[in-house]
Amino acid sequence: MSEKSTEGRPLKWVGTRPVRPDGVEKVTGRARYGADFARPDMLWGHVLRSPHAHARIRRIDVRRALELDGVKAIVTGDDLPEIASEQAFVGEEPTDYRMLSQNVLARGKVGYVGHAVAAVAATTSAVAEEALRLIEVDYEILPHVLDVLSATADDAPLVHDDLCDRKGVKKNPSNIANEIEMGHGDPEAAFTNADVVVDRSFTTQAVHQGYIEPHACLAEAGPDGQVTIWCSSQGQFMVRGYTAKLLGLDLAQVRVVPAEIGGGFGGKTTVYLEPLAVALSQRSGRPVKMVMSREEVFRATGPASATRIRVKIGATKEGQFLAGEAWLDYEAGAFPGSSVAAGSMTIFAPYAFEHARSHGRDILVNKPKSAAYRAPGAPMAAFAVESVVDDLARQLEIDPIDLRLQNAAREGVQSSFGPRYKRIGFVETLQAAQEHPHYDAPLQPNQGRGVAAGMWFNAGLQSSAAVMVNADGSVSVISGNPDIGGSRASLAMMAAEEFGIEYEKVGVRIGDTASVGYNDVTGGSRVTLATGKMVVEASQEVISQLCERAAKVWDVDVKRVHWADGKAKVLDDEAIEPLGLAEIATGAARTGGPIQAIASGSVRGVGMSFGVHLCDVEVDPETGKVDVIRYTAFQDAGRAIHPSYVEGQIQGGAAQGIGWALNEEYVFDDSGRLENSGFLDYRMPVASDLPMIDAVIIEVPNPDHPYGVRGVGEAPIVPPIPAVVNALRAATGVCFSDLPVSPPRVLEALDAVS
Amino acid sequence: MAGRQIRVNINGTDHQAIVEPRLSLADFLRHELGLTGTHIGCEHGVCGICNVLIDGRSMRSCLLLAVQVDGRSVETVEGLAEGEKLHPIQEAFMDEQGLQCGFCTPGFIMSLKELLDRNPNPSEDEIKDVLGGSICRCTGYAGILRAVQSAVAKMGGGRPSLLD
Repeated sequence: MSEKSTEGRPLKWVGTRPVRPDGVEKVTGRARYGADFARPDMLWGHVLRSPHAHARIRRIDVRRALELDGVKAIVTGDDLPEIASEQAFVGEEPTDYRMLSQNVLARGKVGYVGHAVAAVAATTSAVAEEALRLIEVDYEILPHVLDVLSATADDAPLVHDDLCDRKGVKKNPSNIANEIEMGHGDPEAAFTNADVVVDRSFTTQAVHQGYIEPHACLAEAGPDGQVTIWCSSQGQFMVRGYTAKLLGLDLAQVRVVPAEIGGGFGGKTTVYLEPLAVALSQRSGRPVKMVMSREEVFRATGPASATRIRVKIGATKEGQFLAGEAWLDYEAGAFPGSSVAAGSMTIFAPYAFEHARSHGRDILVNKPKSAAYRAPGAPMAAFAVESVVDDLARQLEIDPIDLRLQNAAREGVQSSFGPRYKRIGFVETLQAAQEHPHYDAPLQPNQGRGVAAGMWFNAGLQSSAAVMVNADGSVSVISGNPDIGGSRASLAMMAAEEFGIEYEKVGVRIGDTASVGYNDVTGGSRVTLATGKMVVEASQEVISQLCERAAKVWDVDVKRVHWADGKAKVLDDEAIEPLGLAEIATGAARTGGPIQAIASGSVRGVGMSFGVHLCDVEVDPETGKVDVIRYTAFQDAGRAIHPSYVEGQIQGGAAQGIGWALNEEYVFDDSGRLENSGFLDYRMPVASDLPMIDAVIIEVPNPDHPYGVRGVGEAPIVPPIPAVVNALRAATGVCFSDLPVSPPRVLEALDAVS
Repeated sequence: MAGRQIRVNINGTDHQAIVEPRLSLADFLRHELGLTGTHIGCEHGVCGICNVLIDGRSMRSCLLLAVQVDGRSVETVEGLAEGEKLHPIQEAFMDEQGLQCGFCTPGFIMSLKELLDRNPNPSEDEIKDVLGGSICRCTGYAGILRAVQSAVAKMGGGRPSLLD
């Protein structure tokens, strides 16, 4: 693994802001997203979904639907193979293949309103929809559970009665799918030594990732068993792996072609439609296209978990944190696998605790299966812990940033989730926030300022990249990760830097599963970090090949050849004219053939990115409406390859977090039906709801990356909720422990105190 | 279902087609004409990313039927560039990072085109009013606001003070 340092080396591209490589396609409408593919003779598929939160399926009668003119195939749960319980590792959230298969198409019973029960392919979209109405399903309605309190009550109805643990052993029947515990020391004993202990409980509601592009795919199964899928996802290899497993296909028979992705935020790290489209194509012998409606996206794809979190922190009167303990209950939805493990890992991660412990529970409820959402599990945990830290600062009368600085995690500190920290930039990020003019800017009546911190990991995982030199001297890079946050630009810039050539001479393409080695999903803020590392390694391998080729041309010992400024040069003989990429590549046929390299690896050395956000709000005491009037987000990016993209990630993550704090929530009626399954009632921020979010990049290089990169995509959604709520507290004097802080809730709280 | 004949000018070219009365304008553009630059995000008129211009006015193509544009002219994102030359609004979105995933971009561009065609020097409130009609989930709108400022400057208007 390359650990080449860039210290002292002049950089031409890294840190600059060249034009985005996908810009023209995206502003002209030529970029092709998941729903933009078509094949001759294509059918349209639609899904019949459960109207009940919990019911046994007694019988499905598809005969009338099959008789409808234009209907070519129908699949129900009986048509998919039974899958044994087995942990999957290709996505982002913990996934069991058996459960994934049941979520894609119900077997025996349905677990939430919106759960897929049957799928139809027909000659037109309208005929397929009409056919859904002709499918008769006989349900036996079962009692349901909709929140962690009722799901963990002694007499709770069971969402599953055949749950197995991770080793495949059947568990005692309960709705607690998993329990985890982590930490160090003895918090319980340490609390008795504390001068101040704050102990509070918090609730958050399910929220949706809110990507604007609904899930969509096109699948074609040939008579020879070969399958091609065109779709938008956060990982073509994830789609291939899941689809092949669920349908009993060989991976080599399945090719997945990645479309441009219209937002994912973690929600496209799993499959919903693809296995159904393939099954329908296998049965009909024709390509099948499926596109979700917005209502289906809300009802049937992953929201982030609703949570109940209790946090207890004890400190000395001087402000030193002695002990922290947290209890986190996350709703998994109708299948196991919430983000509670990550919530438990991150909850105390920003601080140095001698005694820290978190207890997490993954709890089944009759709601859609939760899915990853940007820093999965961390924003809710940060809401709880950063509210408690705010309380401590008030009680101890210490500046909230000083209190955080006093206890901030730094190099060498034992993290609450296990390892000791390497070099991290949390202290520098806090200092930058404290020194910024925003922190001391005056406020008006009904206004308040909040500060909050948060962190997220940079996953390493498996990555591959191919780098090839073309005859004209341009360089092609193939990445196996969908570009969701600007990785085409960052990979191109790192390759240009390595080769010493113009950025415009590097073309990055996202390869299909047959054109590049395996890659784990685009997730965990890992692509610029991990796949970037593979691009750097492959580029370095190509450069050594270029030096060998030049040595052959010159007939000199390769040891005398080095690479600088985009050219091979002879070290000790300046009379020999250097050879550039084009010159070497044009003559490649005579020196050994095409020049390319592939780098693959399991990237280790997980990084961390920390953020600190300052938020000013103004509260309207008449209506309870909260306006964010100023917002500054500071984040350690390690080294920002393309600062504009880094700022974009910070601003976008902050906006999502502000929406989560102020307005967004899934609202269910008593029967378990989602009442706000559209953008009108599920209110995401629009331009007039937000101030200009100011992003400030801090650069404390990651020692595990050749350019010092830290993945930046996810950390920005972690601090906003507590930043908003702490600001609201400063403005009103009222503690808010339940999300969202929407006008009715704020008004009620204000009325209660007045 | 019996088809109805429509005549419509799309991006400067006259089209005649027989369409089902229930066919939406968005589906007509995407499926019948292959103009997939108009994206569909919600199909209930909220997200604004399917915006197209009908006789110069921006409208949700998911809420219109193809038969409703009979005799009218429709402009989509595909009609903006002149050959290789991008429209100033397109250029501004690209240069100022007015997009990330790009899925909402055509809708934003079309509604801003309507605004700037009518008023090359809009006030900050007018701009925010128009932007507030569409949803972007990626950018937090900062890049989009910068893009509008740049487009206004490029098109000869004043400079709105959105960034001050």
